[in-house]
Amino acid sequence: MTSRRLLDKLWDAHEILRRDDGTSLLWVDRHLVHEGSHHAFAKIADRGVPVAEPGLTFGVADHYAPTRGGPATDAIARMIATLASNADKHGITCFGLDDPRQGIVHVIGPEQGLTLPGLLINCGDSHTSTHGAFGALAFGIGATEVAHVLATQTVWQKKPKAMRINVTGRLGPGVGAKDLALAWIAKLGADGARGHAIEYTGSAVRSLSMEGRMTLCNLSIEGGGRFGMIAPDEITFAYVKGRPFAPNDTDWDRAIDLWSSLPSDADAEFETSVSLDASEIAPIVTWGTTPEDALPVTATVPDPARMQGSAAERARNALDYMGLAPGRKLTDIAVDQVFIGSCTNARIEDLRSAAAVLAGRRAKVPGIVSPGSRQVKVQAEAEGLDRIFVDAGLEWVGSGCSMCVAMNGDHVEAGKRCASTTNRNFRGRQGRGARTHLMSPAMVAAAAVTGHLTDVRELLKEREVA
Amino acid sequence: MTGWCTHTGLAVALDRENVDTDQLIPARFMSTPRSEGYGDFLLHDMRKKSDGTPIPDFPINAVPDASIVISRRNFGSGSSREAAVYALVDFGIRVVIAPSFGDIFASNSVNNGLLPARVSEAEVDAAIAKLVDGAQEVTVDLTDKTIRLGNTTIEFTLDDVWQQKLINGWDDIDLTQKHKRAIAASRAQHVQRMPWAIPVQQTNFRSARRDTVSQ
Ligand code: SF4
Repeated sequence: MTSRRLLDKLWDAHEILRRDDGTSLLWVDRHLVHEGSHHAFAKIADRGVPVAEPGLTFGVADHYAPTRGGPATDAIARMIATLASNADKHGITCFGLDDPRQGIVHVIGPEQGLTLPGLLINCGDSHTSTHGAFGALAFGIGATEVAHVLATQTVWQKKPKAMRINVTGRLGPGVGAKDLALAWIAKLGADGARGHAIEYTGSAVRSLSMEGRMTLCNLSIEGGGRFGMIAPDEITFAYVKGRPFAPNDTDWDRAIDLWSSLPSDADAEFETSVSLDASEIAPIVTWGTTPEDALPVTATVPDPARMQGSAAERARNALDYMGLAPGRKLTDIAVDQVFIGSCTNARIEDLRSAAAVLAGRRAKVPGIVSPGSRQVKVQAEAEGLDRIFVDAGLEWVGSGCSMCVAMNGDHVEAGKRCASTTNRNFRGRQGRGARTHLMSPAMVAAAAVTGHLTDVRELLKEREVA
Repeated sequence: MTGWCTHTGLAVALDRENVDTDQLIPARFMSTPRSEGYGDFLLHDMRKKSDGTPIPDFPINAVPDASIVISRRNFGSGSSREAAVYALVDFGIRVVIAPSFGDIFASNSVNNGLLPARVSEAEVDAAIAKLVDGAQEVTVDLTDKTIRLGNTTIEFTLDDVWQQKLINGWDDIDLTQKHKRAIAASRAQHVQRMPWAIPVQQTNFRSARRDTVSQ
């Protein structure tokens, strides 16, 4: 038998049929919907078809969820109410604003045990790649596809090529999954993994916690990869065990057997392979308007005059938007505010790493900390992390997408500069004219403490000396 | 969705890389029902000042009846928001020509009759050079995958499945419903292999044996 990759095993297990043209019809195990799915519900209503599998469909209010008080506008309130009424109408379990399980869709899926190794997971959100961290086939889809999954519990998809990103060695202190992700995106470009499913392998990936793995897979789409995945192992199983929707005792051993057969065969070949040495990765920040505009925090703002053709033009535009001059040290860039949140970096471990930097220190700039879910919020409060944030002068708010996408009213004012744990530094992403610098939670905490972009390793060193 | 084979219209150059989905439609417009039309939101923050007045020399403002956009690499990168495609389509755009597209954007486009035509970087350079003096008429032929701009003809790349879908205006839900039996059989087999594929908290659901019954 020819050797198979994780991608092949997951694909084969879900393929119902393949058309002559090579497109597969795949069975969908979990379909996650949110307020933004209203177009898709309208489409099936137009056709008069029901939701095929309400028991496999789960809703959550996150994109428009208020983080302070009630919904900011009537239009926002309507978005949340529309989700609730669609869920109700079709008999879908929905984690609404009053549900203790509410949170960002890519945080609560794993948290509730809805996300499991070997499953196919779809959601109308490009960061669905997050769930691939469990060894699942997870990918974001558009509204027409969401309507299709609602109506049939299947999705048409052409199998992507397989790409391996192998990370050897170990990440240094103060360097995490976010830095690793930004490092490969900077190296390969924002479209470096286009048309591919990425499998992350190597010792540096293996030693990441599930939280770190989710951050890494989450950012796959920022490098153009619709799918990101990591083979399941003991760390995965330990995370999943006992979660509300995870296999119960009767099924557990069988599940472990099946999940243990998922990793790529040792001699499997990939269409594209890339290798990185984790020990060479420094804490990274972005300077421009796409996640590929990323550099080690020790570097300087790049000079378009040294670039060629359209790249130079693009860099010039990006620096103009960001209000930055070439040659300036990145650590000299002052920020106006910080944001810790989003499905990329608002899990408990992310909050812990930010709190470790902020403990006993004051933030020089304002900012908000939005936990990825209600459960993360409860746990953080039990650990006293909320006190650390509040004592540092930051605001501790409710969970939701918040300033990641600026749909719920939380946003960055035009011309203001925000150090952010989110995933996109696109123009206007955090609000019209907002200037976003992406970085890890620890790096955002460091920027809050000093008021400018900062190498968190310096602050960690101070701690050791003290 | 209706199919189409050829399209002739005015082409404008959007001479930028990475025109992402947040630029194509800022998030704050996305709570609007589609019936109200999304055309006005297209590239909103790039083509309008903060008081809402249009920036006259922005390409699609200068040529409001353009139906073809030529842009640079990684067009439509970012979010899965299909609203980015609605904004283009409702504005009147039928074809986007670029060296590469975001994967999800490209499939969303095809689902809405919008052609994402891939050509080489060099061909984009040449096409954009031809448009510096203003918009030009361009003809796009889906059947032989060609673009005619003045006296040059260039070939574009498009997945064969997508080509058929655009030409025929196929609707996937109709196609899929023909496979109902295969889906039901495959579902039963899948659930047998991994019973936890039906979440265990749904105990009533499982004991009701719906897990082995076709839909
Ligand atoms: S936090 Fe941001 S990226 Fe994540 S699901 Fe919400 S909007 Fe999407």
